[in-house]
Amino acid sequence: MKLGEKRATPYRVISVIILVILALLFLFPLYWIITGSLKPVTEILNPTPSFFPKEFTLNNFDRLFAKRSAPLWELAVPFSAQFSARHQPIIFSAGPTVPAAIRWLVNTVFMAVAAMLLTCITAAMAGYALAKKRFQGRAILFSLIVCAMALPKQVILIPLIKEISALHMWDSLWAVIVPTVGWPFGVFLMKQFSESIPGEILEAARIDGSSEWHTFYNVVTPMIKPGIGALAIFTFINSWNDYFLQLIMLGSGSNYTISLGIATLQSETSIDLGILMAGAALAAVPIIIVFLIFQKYFTQGITMGAVKG
Amino acid sequence: MANSPNKISRALQRRENVAGYLFMLPSLIFFVGFVVVPMIICIGYGFTDANMNSKTAATTFVGLKNFIDLWQDETFLLALKNTFLIVVVSVPTVCLFSLWVSSAIYHLKSAALSAFRIIFYLPVITGSVAVTVVWKWMYDNYTGILNYVLKGAGLIEQNINFLGDERFALWCIILILFTTSVGQPIVLYVSALGNVDQTLVEAAEVDGATDIQVFWKVKWPQMMPTTLYILVITTINSFQCFALIQLLTQGGSGTNTVMYYIYYTAFKLTEQRGHFGYANAMGVVLAIFIGILSAIQFKLGKEK
Repeated sequence: MKLGEKRATPYRVISVIILVILALLFLFPLYWIITGSLKPVTEILNPTPSFFPKEFTLNNFDRLFAKRSAPLWELAVPFSAQFSARHQPIIFSAGPTVPAAIRWLVNTVFMAVAAMLLTCITAAMAGYALAKKRFQGRAILFSLIVCAMALPKQVILIPLIKEISALHMWDSLWAVIVPTVGWPFGVFLMKQFSESIPGEILEAARIDGSSEWHTFYNVVTPMIKPGIGALAIFTFINSWNDYFLQLIMLGSGSNYTISLGIATLQSETSIDLGILMAGAALAAVPIIIVFLIFQKYFTQGITMGAVKG
Repeated sequence: MANSPNKISRALQRRENVAGYLFMLPSLIFFVGFVVVPMIICIGYGFTDANMNSKTAATTFVGLKNFIDLWQDETFLLALKNTFLIVVVSVPTVCLFSLWVSSAIYHLKSAALSAFRIIFYLPVITGSVAVTVVWKWMYDNYTGILNYVLKGAGLIEQNINFLGDERFALWCIILILFTTSVGQPIVLYVSALGNVDQTLVEAAEVDGATDIQVFWKVKWPQMMPTTLYILVITTINSFQCFALIQLLTQGGSGTNTVMYYIYYTAFKLTEQRGHFGYANAMGVVLAIFIGILSAIQFKLGKEK
């Protein structure tokens, strides 16, 4: 038992009161988005704000969904522009025509899931190799990864745009996905997790005649599962919210993510706060739900990434 | 006898090399392709007049011209000043605030602890666009709740146009940046407090140390690596303040930052639209500043 654990000193009582007030202030913007999205426009524009909506309406969402429509799903095949006849990417599209906002959401989910899966697979393999394989050049590779992590990401974005457009990937969701996968934080995180795998187990697997891939897939992966979970949720949320990358990589409305769509709405209709709040709610609520479900893994990911960072 | 283990280890080494690089390969394709290569191009680009349409307009090597021009560019100097102001204000406040919050919530029951931790993290999760859109409304001149509350409390008489007024705009942005920056440090500090060596804490308490003494003399030195990490990530974050500027003021009302100016030069500037070379030079300068500051923070942290 820790000493002094349950002393209710005046300082602690006051600090809890301050904490509660601060927490309410931090929750307020979110509360304001959600209630705002449900208020009629007249109530939103009233200089005397109502802290609780006097009248609930879905009108804002109706108007948001009435905006421009697009097919539910459309995807450019990576690198297809290189070998297609007119250097236009080959595009698959499917599904009924839906409001643009729904399409943005579908795009965002696709982008975040693809980035998450690719990051987890590549980083788990690389992290294991860096932690457990004594190959030549390992130290140099690892220090390159650490240096790249310290570099501000945005600085390389301009050459990145050039490169992406040279690969005919600009203005497709892949343009956002591939740099996210390349970002070495995941490899670093998975190396930290893989360090804890006991060498004897790997040795035993090798003596049993298990192939390298077999060992990785059947022995290593189950042991680093918590790490993969942390990395998955971390990548998903970061990719969902990486506004700058989306802004410079995606040019046309049908490829927009939800963040980008709302930002465009804001510059087009900055007066219509109702639509903006509906859009903000649509962007924020799904990702918050995902966060709440997986927040234990997420917290673990943050703390593990900082150890020795 | 002396030779045979060597031979085995050489075969083993080859096996480790092949396996190691095969496992690294998928990750290296992305890492080299979309991080290392742009990084190398980035340095070279700063010395050219490359622009968005480099295919038609030939790119020429201009030496240090971009880097010299920067220091004559008043917009850049103002942006640099604003960026430093943001860093100087937000880094210490974020660190102290999150240190206090985490030490205060650390004593609570685990349900309350994680509830607070989630709440302070929510502005990060909500995403910069949604957060900015709602803050813009709250700061609004006519319908904003902030003006309403301040007027109700009798602090101001006239509505303030927060984002249009040079005296307030940058501070308004710093406030939003603050709410979206404290989440991660709090999580890190709470876990650092959990890792503090309890035997030392108990020994100090037996010796009659007060809570404050225990905190600063026993816990604080042990949390130094975490503090260092938080300082570095908060500095990098503050340097890169972009979305807030782009969505709230578009660099107006004296809120331009280097990150926004890079974006503006590369994509928005009307006369020399897409001046990639110049924008890149700014990026390199920014990276150097961040590098220097991180190095200083590490040095100071190590000495302590």
